[in-house]
Amino acid sequence: MIIRLGEAFLRTLGKPLVKFLYSLGDLTAFVVKAIYHCFVPPFYFKLFFKQVLDIGFYSLPVVGLTTLFAGMVIALQTYSGFSGFKAESVIASVVLISVTRELAPVLSALMVAGRIGAAMAAEIGTMRVTEQIDALVTLSTNPFKYLVAPRLWAGLLVLPLLVLVGDIIGIFGGYVVGVYKLGFNPANYITATFQDLQYIGIISGLVKAAVFGFIISMMGCYHGYKSKGGAQGVGNATTNAVVSSSILILIFNYLITEMFFSR
Amino acid sequence: MEKEIKIRIRDLHKSFGKKNVLNGVNLDLYKGESLVVIGGSGTGKSVLIKCIQGLLTPDSGSIEIDDIEIVNENPDVIDRMHSKMGMLFQGGALFDSLTVWENVAFDLIQNRGFNKKEAKIVAVKVLRQVGLTEDIADLYPSELSGGMQKRVGLARAVITRPEIIFFDEPTTGLDPIMADVINDLIIESAKDLGATTLTITHDMASARKIADKIAMLYQGKIIWYGTVKDLDKTTNPYVRQFINGSSKGPIKVEK
Ligand SMILES: Nc1ncnc2c1ncn2[C@@H]1O[C@H](COP(=O)(O)OP(=O)(O)OP(=O)(O)O)[C@@H](O)[C@H]1O
Ligand SMILES: [Mg+2]
Repeated sequence: MIIRLGEAFLRTLGKPLVKFLYSLGDLTAFVVKAIYHCFVPPFYFKLFFKQVLDIGFYSLPVVGLTTLFAGMVIALQTYSGFSGFKAESVIASVVLISVTRELAPVLSALMVAGRIGAAMAAEIGTMRVTEQIDALVTLSTNPFKYLVAPRLWAGLLVLPLLVLVGDIIGIFGGYVVGVYKLGFNPANYITATFQDLQYIGIISGLVKAAVFGFIISMMGCYHGYKSKGGAQGVGNATTNAVVSSSILILIFNYLITEMFFSR
Repeated sequence: MEKEIKIRIRDLHKSFGKKNVLNGVNLDLYKGESLVVIGGSGTGKSVLIKCIQGLLTPDSGSIEIDDIEIVNENPDVIDRMHSKMGMLFQGGALFDSLTVWENVAFDLIQNRGFNKKEAKIVAVKVLRQVGLTEDIADLYPSELSGGMQKRVGLARAVITRPEIIFFDEPTTGLDPIMADVINDLIIESAKDLGATTLTITHDMASARKIADKIAMLYQGKIIWYGTVKDLDKTTNPYVRQFINGSSKGPIKVEK
């Protein structure tokens, strides 16, 4: 009886487990292949710059708004948390640390994942199901070099720049709330911000951004590339790309923080 | 006189999951000849072409192009094959992020060192040959009708004057007159360029016109092979049913 139960249990567990292990292997193979093709010519610079524009420039408004309000809300929360304690230095440094280390990289990456990861998966997925990727191959063009590599490079290099902009806007958001709502002295607030400026915080944020950018592009490309079954398949690919990159972003956020700050 | 074999397929098997699509295909494609493969919907004609192109990996069997084995070969070998092959996809497979002429000239620009200006001139010339006018060159594929897209795909397949050209249902979705224009173009490519062509079609009029040899694929095997003349004389019940387009006969349609 128990044996039979165990058998049934293993059988129900077995199929999804095998499937999971299979897709993990599949993903690993894809990642290795993709990274290899990032370093082997030919390189498609034009396509890279197009991606830079898509990922970077057109994401600026979203990232700007997100980090602005994030910085503002942190200033307000910290103020009320310290029950009206009027200390520019505390609030300025809390804003600085939380924006540069966590909020700007994580929130920007999540926003970009929704915007760009989804678009990549949809575009590449459509190319897959309409045989455009096959057509690339028959035209002696490697889809990894033509489609995947430019996106990976762009994600890796552009997200840190975006986050740097986000850092500045987020800190500015804190300043706006501090000065105009809480009535701090502007000069004192700015001095406090610069006093607390630590390279390690900003650099860890930028490293995070690079990793997140890579994750977003990788997931977008992977799910797009593997999509099958027409429009519905492409829809699934889009969802999977956003969900998986968001989860990976949060996991890697912890791991990188651990790497930088725990001793 | 023995003719040179361009593509030699032996005992090719391909299945998807439990579904056996190709079940031991043997087929020879002679140099400079036009072979037409006929067969019902879903019998694996497109899969056969994709195996030859290296887009799908067969489960077993052998495909030799110019006496070079390509099954399970490394990507370099297959890439070299692609530079002598052109392909018209059943669904067109045009790149929708590129304009019509950029699609047609893709291989010229990416792999053959043409600059944009030269490439566009050649592309427009080939577009004219397939019955399209210059003013659509700067449109995007989504702005064209289905038949026009097919012709753009055709232009892209022949622009590099490849040695081997695959046409997957070139006349489907075209009006009869345009279909005939395309037939002529396929014949021209074969005769003038000396290209070897493999065409898939359901259009028997087109098959008769362009084929040197016809092969019929049924249940994963080539069940009939011969010339157009043989086709009219054959007593093979499967072939007769197919060319007469009858629902009665040995071919059972899964409903
Ligand atoms: N990538 C794939 N994954 C799973 N099954 C596939 C795949 N490609 C083709 N098939 C299956 O293989 C069979 C043959 O498909 P194929 O496209 O070759 O048909 P066909 O002979 O070209 O038909 P048609 O004349 O309608 O184009 C179909 O049953 C199809 O479901
Ligand atoms: Mg087909």
